[in-house]
Amino acid sequence: MEKERNNESRKLSFYVHVPYCVKRCGYCDFNTYTPSELNSPDLKGITTSYIDSALKEIELASGKLGKIQVETIFFGGGTPSLLPAQEVSRVIAKISALFEIRPNAEITLEANPDTITESFLDSIRESGVNRISIGMQSAVPHVLNTLDRTHNPDNVVKSCELARKLGFEHLSVDLIYGIPGESFQDWQRSFEAALQLPIDHISAYALIVETGTKLAAQIKRGELLMPPDDETAEKYLQFDAAATSLGFNWYELSNWAIPGAESLHNKAYWNGSSWWGVGPGAHSFIEGRRWWNVKHPRKYQELISQNRSPEQDSEVLSLENMRDEFVMLRIRTREGIPLERLTDKQLEIANQFKNSGYIESLTWRDSLLVLTAKGRLIADRIVRELLV
Amino acid sequence: MPAIPLAKAPQPAHTNPEQIRNFCIIAHIDHGKSTLADRMLGITGVVEARNMREQYLDRMDIERERGITIKSQAVRLPWQSGIDGKDYILNMIDTPGHVDFTYEVSRSLAACEGAILLVDCAQGIEAQTLANLYLAMENDLTIIPVLNKIDLPAAQPEKFAIELSKLVGCEPSDCLRVSGKTGDGVTELLDQIVAQIPPPKGSLNAPARALIFDSVYDTYRGVVTYVRVFDGKLSPREQIQMIATGVKHELLDIGVISPEPVSSSGLGVGEVGYLITGVKDVRQSRVGDTVTSYQNPAKEALSGYKDPKPMVFSGLYPIDGDDYPMLRDALDKLQLNDAALVYEPETSAALGFGFRCGFLGLLHMEIVRERLEREFNISLISTAPNVVYRAFLEDGKEKIVTNPSEYPNGKVEKVFEPIIKATILAPSEFIGTIMELCQSRRGVLGGMDYLSEDRVEIRYTLPLAEIVFDFFDQLKSRTKGYASLDYEPIGEAEGDLVKVDILLQGDTVDAFSSIVHRDKAYPYGVMMTGKLRELIPRQQFEVPIQAAIGAKIIARENIRAIRKDVLAKCYGGDITRKRKLLEKQKEGKKRMKMVGRVEVPQEAFIAALSTNSDGEGGKGKK
Repeated sequence: MEKERNNESRKLSFYVHVPYCVKRCGYCDFNTYTPSELNSPDLKGITTSYIDSALKEIELASGKLGKIQVETIFFGGGTPSLLPAQEVSRVIAKISALFEIRPNAEITLEANPDTITESFLDSIRESGVNRISIGMQSAVPHVLNTLDRTHNPDNVVKSCELARKLGFEHLSVDLIYGIPGESFQDWQRSFEAALQLPIDHISAYALIVETGTKLAAQIKRGELLMPPDDETAEKYLQFDAAATSLGFNWYELSNWAIPGAESLHNKAYWNGSSWWGVGPGAHSFIEGRRWWNVKHPRKYQELISQNRSPEQDSEVLSLENMRDEFVMLRIRTREGIPLERLTDKQLEIANQFKNSGYIESLTWRDSLLVLTAKGRLIADRIVRELLV
Repeated sequence: MPAIPLAKAPQPAHTNPEQIRNFCIIAHIDHGKSTLADRMLGITGVVEARNMREQYLDRMDIERERGITIKSQAVRLPWQSGIDGKDYILNMIDTPGHVDFTYEVSRSLAACEGAILLVDCAQGIEAQTLANLYLAMENDLTIIPVLNKIDLPAAQPEKFAIELSKLVGCEPSDCLRVSGKTGDGVTELLDQIVAQIPPPKGSLNAPARALIFDSVYDTYRGVVTYVRVFDGKLSPREQIQMIATGVKHELLDIGVISPEPVSSSGLGVGEVGYLITGVKDVRQSRVGDTVTSYQNPAKEALSGYKDPKPMVFSGLYPIDGDDYPMLRDALDKLQLNDAALVYEPETSAALGFGFRCGFLGLLHMEIVRERLEREFNISLISTAPNVVYRAFLEDGKEKIVTNPSEYPNGKVEKVFEPIIKATILAPSEFIGTIMELCQSRRGVLGGMDYLSEDRVEIRYTLPLAEIVFDFFDQLKSRTKGYASLDYEPIGEAEGDLVKVDILLQGDTVDAFSSIVHRDKAYPYGVMMTGKLRELIPRQQFEVPIQAAIGAKIIARENIRAIRKDVLAKCYGGDITRKRKLLEKQKEGKKRMKMVGRVEVPQEAFIAALSTNSDGEGGKGKK
């Protein structure tokens, strides 16, 4: 395990946060800000100075880590596609200058289908971005409406076609299900539409209603009713079956991919690798220490401009923390948990879950704990049982 | 004027009985007994003003904090009468106020010749005032009626003087008016104590007889026994004997409380003081027992001794099974100072290892629970309080049931349950709702009297089982807090009772078994199964919940198996938060109880056990 960790820690993944959106979606509780929330008429001028700060943080990282190999870069947000293409380029260039970006490193950018343009995509492709992830969420207008999403479903199709045309190697869409008012047919319509797209990766998330969001307030007021959990569970199974039948294999609880198209960046999270998160609110994890930056972009930029670390708080993981996280994260993945990493008591508990059909028998024989679809649906419960 | 310096006052063992007045103050809770007692301590000079702490005589709080007895249940007050100018010794004996402790009250009363009947003249006469008054009258005490809190703007002394005088059998003008807070009228009260209450009578030369009216365990000194001497004299280092328990002791210390313990050369006829014998267990020094000389013992004990009898039982279980030894030790310690507390180890399939405890009543139970949780820091689950049943089985045998799960359903020929007589005092506008409440609890109306135009006394006979749960809370809530309740056991009656069991996945949960009247069985079953369905989280399998009488199912609910228990996203920024949530849930799991394969959170147990048989959700215990 020591050796494994050392190997992993000599590689690095970069996450770059873009904390801006045109509008906040009803369900969103991410660290993102609209122009009005920033008391600004628009985002022009904000993004450039923001990226200036981000570059300085990258310099800070370099100072701490030296010239290690970078495996993946991920632009997330917010709406990364709101960045001017040259800003994306500046970030990649900076990382390239200070670190060693592995050849064919995976560089992803999340995009909103409403706002991507051909010239933007072309530009970022040239800067090295080779993977696009599009926030589709649903193909059904009334569902998009409930989610308070701005886009027109057609834009997704257009954006995908564009991305393919411009030569991006990997293309992914995100879907959400288990939404108030969404019928089984609505969901089927959405995922069938998604699976038809020229994608090689797809994420599907059950809606989580976070406190403080517009959606939470609507539900609390009784304007919207969450669908029963059992229905949402059913929708997961339907999607899993459909995706698998079309060649997308699940490799994480909420992620399916054509073999070879898995998101390497996200796998770094689940494998306990090292990653540095740039930007306000971003989390980082290097050699057993996890830290997170201050949330507000202005505060972030202020600290950076004073040559201070933008860290807000941190924790050093104990051995027990590491063990817990190992189980907690790996159980979500197709790679699973090697049985030798479990105690006898845990094996006993896992065995019972296997007998009830929540853990795959076949992989068990290969000394791996891998969840069945039914098991994935109650993954958190299984983890709780294993860890107590 | 009339305060005498203690050194100049008549000394213990050298006091003429004619100069002694033994009295107590009986009052409803919060009618100002403690404040008045404080005032008396101050005016008689026993406690100097600068040493006066608020509520000097407050037993529970201060003692509890310091773990020692810092003042006692009887104080010796020297007083020069303003009427005849002579010196007197007034012994103020404290009495517990609550119905649970009637026996203790009666023994404290037996130590006195008179009683101040204290009534808050902003509130009026309450049920406990009455109950204790009747007790005092039974003991032939001279009653001095006193209206307190005349300083309050809401005081209505004229109105309550009329009520009080009718009760006591005197003139309204005979009711003294005082304010314990300001001290108004207290000097006159002390003079009236001298004037009205008779001196103690007893034989100087007869073998010693002293009544134990209280017995308190002190960490430093062991048991401190409070006595009133009736005949003869007790001297230091003397060998004494307790007549009822037969135990023999040497008097290590003897003296009076003034207000701190002061050793003396003994206690004579009519005097009140303390004894220290070195024993560590209050059971060796029982309230109501007679202390006599070992060398020259009295032939007859003073009358009135009774062994304390528990009326209400409850299973107490530590939430964390590892705390069991702590609980056992804690109960052992509590028992040192509580002769009425009884307990036995008990096992529940649902709750693990615990104790079945017997209490004098609900207040006693509350006090013990609170002390266990606060002083000993033990988190507890307790089963709903139940009474003792006497069952006669088909084969002729008798079985006493203190734990409902042991009730032998199906084999019972007949069963008896304890009955009480309840006295409720309330404004007459609430008569209807009170009668409705009592009727819903199988009450039989005993009678109703108007104390005045707008206050009524209602008497009902009820099964004790119907009171132990939340009768008092219900009564208070229906009468906006105005009603007061007192009750006394009056024996037992045959009941048409059955045991209702609650089953999870076919397994009986012993903690939820309840003995109810046959007519209430079905509503109880419906209520419990419904409540448990809400409280128990979904498991990986279906959980049928049933209520049964014997083998017959009378109600059922079902909890479907869980199908979704997972957080969709877990990326870099989610990991720490998710792990911390998991850690919190780990802690939560320790508080889970397993019933067969079903995980029941401790909150579910507590919530389920706090419902009442009327089908209404009970309020939280505290």
